[in-house]
Amino acid sequence: MGVSQENGASLFMLTIYGLQALLQSLRQRGYRTIGPVVQDQAIVYDEIELISDLPRGWTDEQDGGHYRLARSDDEALFGYSVGPHSWKRFLHPPRQRLWSVEQKQDGVRVIPEAPSAERLAFIGVRACEIHAIAIQDRVLLGDKYIDPHYRARREGVFIVAVNCGKAGGTCFCVSMNTGPKVEEGFDLALTELVGGDQHVFLIEAGSDEGRAVLKDVPHRAAAQDEIEAAQAVIARTATSMGREMRADDVRELLLRNLEHPRWDEVASRCLSCANCTMVCPTCFCTTVEDTSDVTGEHAERWQRWDSCFTMDFSYIHGGSVRASARSRYRQWMTHKLATWVDQFGSSGCVGCGRCVTWCPVGIDLTEEVRAIRMSSASMENAS
Amino acid sequence: MKGIEELLRQHPFVQGLEDDIVRMIAGCAKNVVFQVNQYVFREADAADNFYIIRHGTVALEMFVPGRGPFTFLTVKSGEILGADWLVPPYRCSFDARAVELTRAIAFDATCLRDKCETDHHIGYEMMKRFIPPLVRQLQTARFQSLEIYDDDKLQSE
Amino acid sequence: MMMTSSRASDANTAALDPMTPRFLPVTRRIRETADTVSLEIATGDSGDGASGFRPGQFNMLYAYGVGEIPVSISGDPAVTDRMVHTVRSVGPVSEALAKLKRGDVVGVRGPFGSSWPLAEAAGFDVLVIAGGIGLAPVRPVLYHLLKRRAAYGRTALLYGARSQQDILYDKQLDVWRRTPDFQVRVTLNHAEREWTGDVGHVTGLLGKVRFDPADTIAMVCGPEVMLRSTALALMDSGVPAERIFISMERNMKCATGFCGHCQFGPYFICKDGAVFRYDHVRDLLTIREL
Repeated sequence: MGVSQENGASLFMLTIYGLQALLQSLRQRGYRTIGPVVQDQAIVYDEIELISDLPRGWTDEQDGGHYRLARSDDEALFGYSVGPHSWKRFLHPPRQRLWSVEQKQDGVRVIPEAPSAERLAFIGVRACEIHAIAIQDRVLLGDKYIDPHYRARREGVFIVAVNCGKAGGTCFCVSMNTGPKVEEGFDLALTELVGGDQHVFLIEAGSDEGRAVLKDVPHRAAAQDEIEAAQAVIARTATSMGREMRADDVRELLLRNLEHPRWDEVASRCLSCANCTMVCPTCFCTTVEDTSDVTGEHAERWQRWDSCFTMDFSYIHGGSVRASARSRYRQWMTHKLATWVDQFGSSGCVGCGRCVTWCPVGIDLTEEVRAIRMSSASMENAS
Repeated sequence: MKGIEELLRQHPFVQGLEDDIVRMIAGCAKNVVFQVNQYVFREADAADNFYIIRHGTVALEMFVPGRGPFTFLTVKSGEILGADWLVPPYRCSFDARAVELTRAIAFDATCLRDKCETDHHIGYEMMKRFIPPLVRQLQTARFQSLEIYDDDKLQSE
Repeated sequence: MMMTSSRASDANTAALDPMTPRFLPVTRRIRETADTVSLEIATGDSGDGASGFRPGQFNMLYAYGVGEIPVSISGDPAVTDRMVHTVRSVGPVSEALAKLKRGDVVGVRGPFGSSWPLAEAAGFDVLVIAGGIGLAPVRPVLYHLLKRRAAYGRTALLYGARSQQDILYDKQLDVWRRTPDFQVRVTLNHAEREWTGDVGHVTGLLGKVRFDPADTIAMVCGPEVMLRSTALALMDSGVPAERIFISMERNMKCATGFCGHCQFGPYFICKDGAVFRYDHVRDLLTIREL
């Protein structure tokens, strides 16, 4: 940050009409704008053109295995917490053709799949989601091999972040140190100030592209009381997290409890439905499908989201390595919270709470960690 | 008797065994030679001998009608042959065939059992030597019954 | 699937990313056993070594329209214009691959993964221990050892197979048996009359070859139960855990660390393995269904 623009200030105010202008500016610059919309009784991410597409006045109630839209007592555009979608749907889509091949009499020709040239602007990205994107960057761009499709989409993305004005019932970003304040990894960041007769946004640019876009949009320097009001919004959110989890020692805790009886207990409730992996913004696992047409002249390979909760996931000749639900839940949770650190240098969990909300039986990983911690501590004390 | 005692002392089976015990069990032992393809014993024979192999190879076989004899273990120089003599009804449960010229020391089973029964110290020293190869053979049998190479996981498909 | 190799290289100029295969012609098909064949594939390498691999690495082989599986490279690492894979028919893809004939094309991505510690093994006694089709991933080691025999101490191949009919590379094993200063012992799970070699588990062979455990590097490849028992038997005989190397296997879709399928605790078999130092995975191997 730091390149000050007008009168040395770097924090500005935008009206709701300014936000509309921002959307228009992004679209004029060639971005497809994606943001929150109400669909099928949930707030999901889809293409938006107008401020009126946003879920004005809607919020959500969330708890373990529970999600319900509700009318808010204000007209906030971003007064909900995260829904079942995450931005990985656009960066690392559920289905992706990897290549095609044509077989003719004169030989075989590979048709590579050109990486997407589409530029997307994400509107309303939360702090936990920015962390989730950074985590997937590390997985798909940060090692020996680069996923060319992810890279193409990722490089084209413009991020309009939003500091959370409300913590969801299953949120625990404070525990994971991933929010609620957006710290980096954005082009523009908003804090929505709504109440009384005011409805404005504090806006901050986080990149050159962000500053350039901001120039297209009517704005003014933020006053000190407005800055303080925005800080208060974030502080209030931080103190109203629906969940919490001690995270500093969770890797060691889980790795020394791989044979803990709690895995059997959670397996008795887990349906192996894979919902948690689908809604998780960092889960990256995929499988491939090979197809060919009836003539045999054309074949394709598709990549699609997969889940470590399926039996096929670990299948090798003879059977599945993880045949029990116990071992599959343990794989998911220990990967997310423990071995992810070994693999990619950070936890794979950003505390968004989606896996808790969207679990049909309300399994709550913060509770599972707590149960293992409690019984593990009592066993250690007893010995 | 001196001769067999000397041969006995060269075999790993008696390593660490007290001199007195070696001398006593030598009284049950005799030197034997099996030519190529000669049977040491056959299934259902009385198990009246216990062998320690000095040189050579003995194949332990089961005869399967339609397929012929199947070797499930080979016993070689320095190893021991036979366990059925230890437990009633003292009857051989497989064929043992010399694969090559094989020199062994044969112990009279009744003589050896009597010595073990009379002096449990000798009996315990003997058991400590009978049991390890038996346990190894059990482990081998486990891998064989699992057919690990048949059902192997070397191709992830 | 007929095509000339020049057309194969035309097609390959388009393949840029690690997920897209090159289509390469099969130049030879060798039946090894009733259910196993070796496929020799022309790499299109002009001798610059760009198509080389390190012993222990694998390729992803794609059978047109059917699918793709990881297969270790089983040929001589010094040969770069040809690459050999030994495939056992156990599922739809391996069956399709095993049916390929000379002149057919196969999709190839790779080579991927870690390799056997051949440089580190210089000066040491080397034990190569294989079970079943696990002989294929260590065959490149044997080619290497025999070419640079003087660089190593005593060397031995201990190989366990189900039966005489399942022995891989039997003619080559005969050649190696006759090679001076190279110990080869094969043991079978069960044998018929004409077999005069050993019968029993492969660990039973450890006492039958000469090596100095304190100065030995062991490379072990086979089914996981065999890996576990062999590594423990090696340690019992005095080989330190950090000088025992094993090759692991898990479900694998991408070979690049993206798909997540091959995770084994903190490791991705595809990029951290398939060859691991035993002491790095010893504890993980004791956890069921990890």
